[in-house]
Parts: sequence; C-alpha cells; structure tokens
Amino acid sequence: MDLTCTEEEESFRAGLREWLARTLPGLPPRPDPTNWPGRRAYDTGWQRRLYDAGYAGLHWPLDAGGRGATPTQHLIFLEETEKAGAPYVGANFVGLLHAGPTIASEGTPEQRARWLPPVLRGDEVWCQGFSEPDAGSDLASLRTRAWRDGDDYVVSGSKIWTSHAEVADWCELLVRTAPVSEDVPKHRGISWLAMPMDAPGITVRPLRTLAGSTEFAEVFLDEVRVPVANRVGAENDGWRVTMVTLSYERGTAFVGEVVACRRVLADLAREARKNGRWDDAVLRRRLGRLSAEFGALWRLTQWNVSESQRAGTGVPGVGGSVFKLRYSHARQELYEAAGEVLGPGALDLGHEWTLDRLSSLSYTIAAGTSQIQQNIVAERILGLPKGR
Amino acid sequence: MDFQLSEDQRALRDGFRDLLAGRFDGTALRAAVDSGAPSLDRALWRELGDAGFFALRVPEEEGGVGLGLPEAVLIFEEAGRALLPGPLVATFLAARDVEGAARGAVVVTSVLTTADSGGLVPWLDEADVARGDVSGAVPLRSVDPLTPLHRVPGGGGAATPRQPEADLLIAAEQLGSAGKTCEMAVRYARERTQFGQAIGAFQAVKHLCAQMLVRTEIARAAVYAAAVTGDAPEIAGAKLLADEAAVRGARDCLQVHGGMGFTWEADVHLHLKRAWVRAGLGQSAAEAEEELAAAL
Ligand SMILES: Cc1cc2nc3c(=O)[nH]c(=O)nc-3n(C[C@H](O)[C@H](O)[C@H](O)COP(=O)(O)OP(=O)(O)OC[C@H]3O[C@@H](n4cnc5c(N)ncnc54)[C@H](O)[C@@H]3O)c2cc1C
Repeated sequence: MDLTCTEEEESFRAGLREWLARTLPGLPPRPDPTNWPGRRAYDTGWQRRLYDAGYAGLHWPLDAGGRGATPTQHLIFLEETEKAGAPYVGANFVGLLHAGPTIASEGTPEQRARWLPPVLRGDEVWCQGFSEPDAGSDLASLRTRAWRDGDDYVVSGSKIWTSHAEVADWCELLVRTAPVSEDVPKHRGISWLAMPMDAPGITVRPLRTLAGSTEFAEVFLDEVRVPVANRVGAENDGWRVTMVTLSYERGTAFVGEVVACRRVLADLAREARKNGRWDDAVLRRRLGRLSAEFGALWRLTQWNVSESQRAGTGVPGVGGSVFKLRYSHARQELYEAAGEVLGPGALDLGHEWTLDRLSSLSYTIAAGTSQIQQNIVAERILGLPKGR
Repeated sequence: MDFQLSEDQRALRDGFRDLLAGRFDGTALRAAVDSGAPSLDRALWRELGDAGFFALRVPEEEGGVGLGLPEAVLIFEEAGRALLPGPLVATFLAARDVEGAARGAVVVTSVLTTADSGGLVPWLDEADVARGDVSGAVPLRSVDPLTPLHRVPGGGGAATPRQPEADLLIAAEQLGSAGKTCEMAVRYARERTQFGQAIGAFQAVKHLCAQMLVRTEIARAAVYAAAVTGDAPEIAGAKLLADEAAVRGARDCLQVHGGMGFTWEADVHLHLKRAWVRAGLGQSAAEAEEELAAAL
C-alpha cells in the first residue's frame, strides 16, 4: 500500500502545475449558464488548450490519439486542474469520458480515426441519447426503432434528458434493431449508433431543470438516416457496448468533484467561523463528519484507480457503483450543511451554494439512480439473486 | 502510487486468517462465550506471540518482525473478523516497553478512554500489567460476554492522552467485524427462503446488504490510508467511519436474520456487542468530529 507518487508522477504534476499557472489567467470570462453557444465555445476552447499542451485524452490509449498515461497520472491531472480552479469538462463530458472511451475500445480503426481526434481537439461535442420517456432505469426496454434501408438505418422515436443536446454535433444513440420477441429478450436487439445531430428529422426541445437553466433536452427522431457505418460494435450487440460506456460513466466521471467538494467544505468552515454559526456544536460536528466522509471518498478513489492500474485495463470495475452511491449521497449532505451555514442566505439564488444545492439533487438520479446502484452492488458484487 | 495490498501484505493477512481459522474458529468462539466467566486463553496468546502478532512492529534488531502500521492494521482486521478476545491493542502497543509482551508471555491492558465518559479498562483482572491510572477501578457487568470491563472513576482519561495508534488498531478490528457481518448477512440472505424465494431476492434485503458493503469499503479505504499516512486527523476519520460500519453493519445483519438474529445462539449479537465496546474505547464519535472540524 503506497500513497506516494513516483518521481515520474511528481514531475508530471510539477509540469502540469506550471502550465496551469501560466494558462489560467489568460482564459476568457466564464459565460452565463443560460448562454449555450457561449458555454460550448468556452468548454471547447479549454479543451483546445489542453490539446495543444499535450494534456488532451491523457488516459486514452496511444493508438486512440491519447497519451497513454497511467490511471495515476490521470488522477493527478484531475486533482491538479480542480485545485487550480480550471474549467470543468463541461460540454466535452460525453465525448471525453463516455462516447470517446467507448469508441476507443469498441470502434473500428476507421471509426476511431473519424471521431476521436475531433473530441480531443475540442472540435466536436457529443451528447448521450440513451434514456427515453418509457425507458429510464429499465434502459433495455428502449423503443426507438432503426430499420435497415440500404447503407443506412432509418431511425424513429424519442429520447429524453439528453444533456448538451442543444450544442452537440454527435449523439451516442441506443436504438432497437431487432424487435423483442420470444427469441429476442430486450437486452438483445439493441445497437449503438453515432448519429450526426444536424441530420434531417431531428428536433431538439430544451427542458428546464429545477435550477432554472436548460441542462438537458427532449430529442425527437423522425425517420433520421444514420449510415450503417456509424454503428459501433456488432448489430444487436449494443447492450454490451453500453455496459462498457456505463462503467466509464460511473467509474471516473466524479473524481475531480471529490476534490472540489473538499474545497467547498473548507469554505463552509471558513464562512461558519465568520458568521458565528461555528458556535453551534451540532453544525460543527456535522462538518467534521463530512470531512471524514470526503477524505475517505478520496482514498477510495485512489484505491479504485490503483486497482484498475494493476488490472492493466484502465476500465473501472463495479467498485464504481460503491463509490457513486456514497459520493452522490455525501454531495447532497454537503449542500444541506451549506444551507445550514448560510442560514437565510440559503434562500438566495444569488449565492452559488444555493444553485449547487439544487443541482446536487440530480446526483442520486443521473447515471443510474441510487436504488439501481444498490441493485448492482447487491447482485453483481455480493452475488444476491436477481429478483423482482 | 499503488494503493493496493502488496503480495507480502496479502500473504500476511491470509496467514493470520488461516491461523485464526485453525485456532479460534466458530466452535472455539462459542465455547469461550458459553464458559461463563470469560478467561484468556494463555496458550493461544503465546501462539499469537510465536507467530509474531505482538512483535510485528518491533524492529528486527530488537528481535521483532520489523513491519509497519499498514501490516498491523491487516492483522487487527483479521482479529476483528474472528472476534478474537483479549486486550490485543494494549499488548501490541506495549511490545517494546513491557518485557514479555512481544512474546505473548505477558498480557498488558491499559486505560482506553474517551475524555468525557471516563476511563474504561478491558480485561483488568486477567492482565499481568495495567498501564495508566487504574486506581479505584470498579467492574462493570460488561455487555460483551467476551470483554470484561472496569470503569475508572473521575475520568482517568484526563491523565491519558489520546493514542492515535490505539484508535487506528481498534478501527481495524471494527473494519474486520463489518466485513464479516456483511458476509454473514449475504450468506443468510441466499439460504433463507420465504414466499418461495431466497430473501436476498427481495430488494429491501438487497439494499440493506449493499449499504453494508458500501460502509465497509469506505471504512476500508479510510483505515488503510490512515495506516499509511499515520496522520492523526485521518485516523480520527477512520475510527469514526469504522465504528459506524461495524455497529450499523451488525445491526443490519441482525435485521436480515429475522428472529434468529435476536437469539443468543446466532453470532450476530457477539459482533454487535463487541462493536459497541470498541466504539466506546478510544476516541468517541463526538471527539473525532470535533477534531476533524477543528482541522478544517
Ligand atoms: C441531470 C440529469 C442529466 C441526465 N443526462 C442524461 C443524458 O445526457 N443522456 C441520457 O440518456 N440520460 C440522461 N439522464 C437520465 C437518467 O439516466 C435517468 O433519469 C435515470 O436513469 C432514471 O430514469 P428515470 O428518470 O426514467 O426514472 P425511473 O426509472 O422512472 O425511476 C423513478 C424512481 O423509481 C425507482 N426505480 C426504478 N426502477 C427501479 C427498480 N428496479 N428498483 C428500485 N427502484 C426503481 C428509481 O430509483 C426512481 O427513484 C439524465 C438525468 C439527469 C437527472
């Protein structure tokens, strides 16, 4: 058990710190959350800087255009960029952490050459078209249909909760290519397609979240033509491909946020000392407990990263579900405590903690609800029987 | 960074697990529980000494094993799993300064205390050496059938400073117990059927088990990391999370066992009672939270 970094890792960290210190002051001001074109430009501009400096796709394999960095180096990258207050992945989330890694591990050489470099350069933005109005937790029951017509699939149906759909160039889309029947259970017959978002027949209708902004959208598909060549993985084998995608989403997507939460916790303590709330032992103890919680979540992250480094696959295991369950809950507790620290200020939308408190509510829902994660832990890690 | 067990650490842990499985298995545990007055198995204590349990951190040039806190935590985790009785922590920490402790020939106890609740001393009557001020100690009727306790009036703790290493080793025992009760619950949930199916197929049971694992794994990360860094606030956090994992794990395990869980015959209550005792020894939750808050 070794928590120290090697010389190589430390020099990587030092170089990154130096680059961040040089680069961050030159960034443009952050756009307003309601300005989507502005947000896209800001996020992709940041990605371009990372690319030019050699930090794009750090953990992607070399033959996918990545840097072939170890999981530890990737962890250092996420830690240092967060500590320095660098921009988040933002609109690049699906491309970098989700669709990209999926294409890197499941795509053909042509597909990798077509889609991966623009993601790394910040030229193209992806969104995720998995969920449907009637297929949420039960994702495999999705009904968006794709028929073969020559070299194209013709796709009709609707998707919902599609984050960044308004500004995306591509959508990782799950479609049904074989109807469910006695011989075809619902998990078979699904295919994974890369759909260009400017294809005729696509209508995007933004949805307003409880935080007021339009973070996601409904996407209606009316006989949209998608080339068969855009299918990643075999026809009807999309569920397996999807499992690869989801393990990335649950495994690595929240790492930087743990660092951010620890910073927020320190800010909460500072604010409470200033406004007198610190004298309340109940609140103080609550913050102390959160400190133990986020400290341990960071250690669990290091544990999981070391595990995937040893396995040599870089693919996060089901341990990601253990982490996600605890982290999403802890994040909500953190912002509940923030409400307590702020007192009446907690009702002021002008305070960033109030907005963060609102958005923390999505964490136990998005990327698989906490109930579903508990099913996964119980069935796949503990081996309890599947049931109704 | 390589925050995983090394080959040697795995072998050490497996070795102690095997030793305890052979020498202090479920039958031996029940025999100890049902013997009436708890007494220490001195032969077992010496065997542990021979296996290097107490001398694990004593430097090699002093005849010890020369390993560190991370290894210590692994063997205490095994002791916690097996519900091994005795003042293991105090004897372990006395290995360098009390003659005979490292060999398991001398049993040492100490006042393990929390500042507000006064001092508690486990196994005072059986120990050869007691460290800390035990004058005026009065026996309690201990809730744990395998941990006799004395109380030192007037908070003997005022004189005993906090011992982070003791807290860490207690946390490691709690971790072992949490892992064990999770396994016990899962095994029972797969065997016991009601309504024509294994109760583990019911989601309410499944989610109890899932949370037991989550609490165990978060405590594991905290305890192992605290052993690597030796950092006092990190140890405080590890004790806090491990106490919770052990106590809540045992309670949920009891719930999964239904009426059987409420019996003397099932081992569940032994884990719960020992977890309560360990939570009451060393740093309390309130103290840990205050220490962590102060460090923010
Ligand atoms: C902020 C945000 C962003 C998102 N972004 C995207 C995106 O970009 N692309 C995308 O495809 N999707 C996205 N989603 C969708 C998300 O994956 C789904 O909301 C989620 O999987 C739950 O599905 P649902 O909303 O249909 O809820 P439902 O599945 O209807 O669940 C409702 C309730 O029932 C419970 N429940 C359902 N089934 C079970 C069961 N078997 N056992 C126990 N309880 C159960 C759930 O836990 C939940 O509490 C996003 C969601 C949010 C909140």
